[in-house]
Amino acid sequence: MTALADPSVDGSHPQEPDQSAPGPPRDDAYDRDVLPAPKGASRALLRQLARPYRARVWLAAVVLVVQQAAVQIGPLLVAYAIDRAIPALRGHDRGPLVATAVGYVGFALLGGVLQRAFIRLSAVISQDVLLDLRGRIFRHAQALGLDFHERYTSGRIIARATSDVEAFRELLTDGLQELLGVCLAVLYIGVVLLWLDWGLGLFALATALPLVWTTRSFSRRSQQAYSRRSAAIASVIVRFTETMNGIRPVQAFRRERANDERFVELNRVHERANGDAILEMGRFNVLSWLIANTSVALVVLWGAYRVAAGSLELGVLAAFVLYLRRLYAPIDPLGMFLNSWQAAAASLEKIAGLLAQRPSVPEPATPRELPAKRGDRPGRAVAFEGVRFAYRTGGEVLPRFDLAVPAGQTVALVGATGAGKSTLAKLLCRFYDPTEGRITLDGVDLRELPTPELRRGVVMVTQESFLFSGTVAENIALGNPDATPAQIEAAAKAIGAHDFIAALPEGYATDVRKRGGRISAGQRQLVAFARALLADPAVLVLDEATSSLDIPGERAVQQAMATVLHGRTALIIAHRLSTVEIADRVLVMADGRIIEDGTPSQLIATSGDFAHLHQAWRDSLVG
Amino acid sequence: MGDERGGAWRARRSAAERRSAVRSLLRLWPYVRPLAPRLFGSMAVAVGASCMALLIPLVLKWTVDGPVAHRDPGGVWLGGGLVLLLGLLEAGLFGLRRWLTARPMAALEARMRADLYRHLQRLPVAFHDRWGSGQLLSRATGDLQILRMFLAFPLVFLVVNSATILVGFTILLTQRWTLGLILLVPAVPLIVLCTYFMGQYSLASRRAQDQIGDLTTLVEESALGIRIIKAFGRHRSQGQAFRRAAHALLGTELRKARLLAEVWLLVTAVPDVALGVALVIGAVQVSDGQLSAGTLVAFLSTALALRWPIESLGWLLSMSSESATAADRYFEVMDTELPPDHTAGPDAVSRAGDGIRFTGVQFRYPDAPDGTPDLLAGLDLHIPTGQTLALVGATGSGKTSLTALIPRLYEATGGRITLDGMDIARLPKERLRAMVSTAFEEPTLFSASVRDNVLMGAEQAGEADLRWALQTAQCGFVHELPQGVDTQVGEQGLSLSGGQRQRLALARAVVGRPRFLVLDDPLSALDVHTEALVEGALREVLATTTALVVAHRPSTVLLADRVALLSGGRIAAVGTHHQLLAECREYRQLMSGDADDRSAA
Repeated sequence: MTALADPSVDGSHPQEPDQSAPGPPRDDAYDRDVLPAPKGASRALLRQLARPYRARVWLAAVVLVVQQAAVQIGPLLVAYAIDRAIPALRGHDRGPLVATAVGYVGFALLGGVLQRAFIRLSAVISQDVLLDLRGRIFRHAQALGLDFHERYTSGRIIARATSDVEAFRELLTDGLQELLGVCLAVLYIGVVLLWLDWGLGLFALATALPLVWTTRSFSRRSQQAYSRRSAAIASVIVRFTETMNGIRPVQAFRRERANDERFVELNRVHERANGDAILEMGRFNVLSWLIANTSVALVVLWGAYRVAAGSLELGVLAAFVLYLRRLYAPIDPLGMFLNSWQAAAASLEKIAGLLAQRPSVPEPATPRELPAKRGDRPGRAVAFEGVRFAYRTGGEVLPRFDLAVPAGQTVALVGATGAGKSTLAKLLCRFYDPTEGRITLDGVDLRELPTPELRRGVVMVTQESFLFSGTVAENIALGNPDATPAQIEAAAKAIGAHDFIAALPEGYATDVRKRGGRISAGQRQLVAFARALLADPAVLVLDEATSSLDIPGERAVQQAMATVLHGRTALIIAHRLSTVEIADRVLVMADGRIIEDGTPSQLIATSGDFAHLHQAWRDSLVG
Repeated sequence: MGDERGGAWRARRSAAERRSAVRSLLRLWPYVRPLAPRLFGSMAVAVGASCMALLIPLVLKWTVDGPVAHRDPGGVWLGGGLVLLLGLLEAGLFGLRRWLTARPMAALEARMRADLYRHLQRLPVAFHDRWGSGQLLSRATGDLQILRMFLAFPLVFLVVNSATILVGFTILLTQRWTLGLILLVPAVPLIVLCTYFMGQYSLASRRAQDQIGDLTTLVEESALGIRIIKAFGRHRSQGQAFRRAAHALLGTELRKARLLAEVWLLVTAVPDVALGVALVIGAVQVSDGQLSAGTLVAFLSTALALRWPIESLGWLLSMSSESATAADRYFEVMDTELPPDHTAGPDAVSRAGDGIRFTGVQFRYPDAPDGTPDLLAGLDLHIPTGQTLALVGATGSGKTSLTALIPRLYEATGGRITLDGMDIARLPKERLRAMVSTAFEEPTLFSASVRDNVLMGAEQAGEADLRWALQTAQCGFVHELPQGVDTQVGEQGLSLSGGQRQRLALARAVVGRPRFLVLDDPLSALDVHTEALVEGALREVLATTTALVVAHRPSTVLLADRVALLSGGRIAAVGTHHQLLAECREYRQLMSGDADDRSAA
């Protein structure tokens, strides 16, 4: 019922962004996993989350207040029974006893029923809040730009949406009720004790002061102990997943023994931190029990003394003893709930930090539509007008840049690593927005196009071709969810992927994550191509999209491209010059500038970079 | 991945449930044995502490009926002192219990985790293909934490609370058996009902765990595939899938809450009603003079002290069954046997100069569906010492699988592979892998410095070897990294591009100047310029070693002395690049993309 295990962190490794050179220097906030959130952001987030359920929150609060009152009335009735009902009974008056009986049983039932009502009510509220929170994290992460994802890494997004939400869930479902219950109990019991006997009550409450102090010191110290522990387990987890994901090199290079040693070391750090945290909790429990039991003993002592002296009734003493035991009963769980409170606060802050990030590529405020196509050609004209691009942390990738590609032209981009080819492609897909200038599609600024319109315009196939869990057909249909099976198959056939898909255990219905669904890197790229074909965009961008294909595969794709690209605008980036053969125009880039521009045959005829590259490539091909 | 995990897990669970939870937990004994004295000691101490708590009401009774009733303020001191003493003892004993077990329990968790890690590192790669690292990780963290908590808490308190309930009811019954019975009677159905509800609850929470797993998979994929989602503008459909999964989880969570609400209704209302009845009957008896006031007070406070032990039983039992599941999950991995490894046998005498020899080698993946043909079906191949052989074949022909057989990452299912005449199946893996060095298709770097990443290729390699290897693989870029070769890379360090990682992986493979070198498409991510530079340097390395190079392109093939064409699970042709271009149609097609047009070659 309570938070016993750390939520397991998923050990997936994000794909490294394919950046040329080390890229922008890493920002500290990302490394330390603390994103700047405005002050009080987590509190504001809480308020926002609770707002739609305000009425129900109040109802739950009222239920809890009444429920605690019903529960805490018990010892008072005991006092009444001993001090009033018994003497009355001796005087043959059954009234007070009947009242006690009815009251005790009635309040017990009321307490139980209200408890049940509160749990159900608070579960509905907290689950709705959690649903809302999970959805917000997911949608927000999806809306944030690629630049954010490349730095934040998928591991952190997963942690936000799973273990951090989990910490918050534990607080909502387990901790909050207990904490509120304890506060109310302290309040009620305090009032009742003072009312029963002024002096003894004040005395009993005074002994609770050291407890408050102990709790505060504990929450400070335990926070440190727990953060040491969570740092220690994090490094254990990283080493563990890294070893398991890299098991081939680990075994091939005989790292087992060296890894054992390092793991034992990390494990020992965690063991120590873990022991510290457990002992810290133990220290708190012992201290608070010492305080609690001492104060009970002192109350018994003074109370009994006064009863003996005749200045206090026996029933009141009994009520005091029972109340104090009740007051101190939740001490053990209290320590745990304080921890879950702190964990939840830390997690909520991280979530708020993520949610406070503004998308670098926002949706347009006043969306525009692309003009109707001229003629029956699917392509559209692309223009880079005075575009400059630099990372936010500095490091200019594209100095001022102009380029016009008429509709229907196939352009090949060539150049060394780091020349800015991929950046150009990403700008055209609006994964980033330019720092200056604008990029237009048939004259419309990309920033003015709503996402669906933009994606009918421009689609990109990249080097990494991630497959989503599901069938092969579903993966292709990502390009166009409304496609029929026949259209999916046609797209696969067009790109030369049909044969290998048909050979899979269940053909197009094969689940890519299940037995026998072993799909090689080259085959993944074919699926990615089929997906792009199905999307039927006006502009197609291929970024190293054939790097994992063997030569026949590449040839097949090229042949398919010759028909597919006909009339479409295309931008092709490739290390291998074979791709260039289908291009109408070649751009050679260096340091973010275009240094050569012409048809392939024109450029080969010159003695420029491209001609050299092309010659080297021809040589390598023939051998 | 989530689906399969969940499905397989559920299947395993139903099998596991047939075995008893107790038997699963008994398997922990070897780990518990070293700290058994402390564990049992802590149980005894905890029972003692609980008894102290139960004695307090008796002292109270004595005080009320004795000094208080006799108006003897002096005697009150004794009563109060006794309560204080018992209270201090109770707290002290609870502290002692913590102190006895805290460190040893943390050590036990660490030991089990280290054993798991050690075992996993030595399990064959085929095992890791089957098990996602997330599944393994959840065993190494969550499950082990549950087990530690179980030993430290539910196990101890099952014993302690049972003892407390027993002692408590004995006290209640001896105080006043009629009143005791009134409290005892509802306790039995209460425990039964709580156990039933908690059983239902833990079923629901297992379902919730599965659904959280599905949700995690969705988040994971949408983060890993963010470029594709953005490229096709598919946020909305992803968001819908997420909402569906989140709603399913919400349903389960609400069911959990409803079950919990019933449990709480029972545990708060039933004992209180019983206590109310006892109070009334007790009051009548006190007024009749059959019962002393002190006994009633003691009775009520004893009953109060018993509340938690009774309430907790259902919860403790459900935690125990959860722990049994965790133990099953842990031992499921630990029970997977390590393949036998040979110590150097008499066969391990090397016939120098024989190089790498495949004889009738067969191979299929252990998880290949029935009915699919073997990937390698009786393959013969020989690479004489000092030569380099390029391996060429269509996508999916088994090139990478073949390379993995040499360091025995996978075991051939038939035939023999020998290195200088030594059958690799009879060599100790340690020795085999010291002779063979591999650069994998997927260049994996670990969270360590560039230096450590490269030097892990050889134990004795020094600074000079490091410089030479970096130079050979054209890793000049490392000197421009913030801390040069000491820069941290990998998951927790600087991210490098695919081409940079590939070059570092190549440097790692060559740094030890191995006798046998296996390179799986080592230049695929390099641009034409860099590729030419690496080729030049690599030629020198290859001249001094026996090497197998998987190649997709003519430029890579040209590094080799000869080429072998892998087709249909066998070597279809061997010869020089030019021979094969001239004679072999399939080879020509693979190298140029044109089957019939000779002029392209």
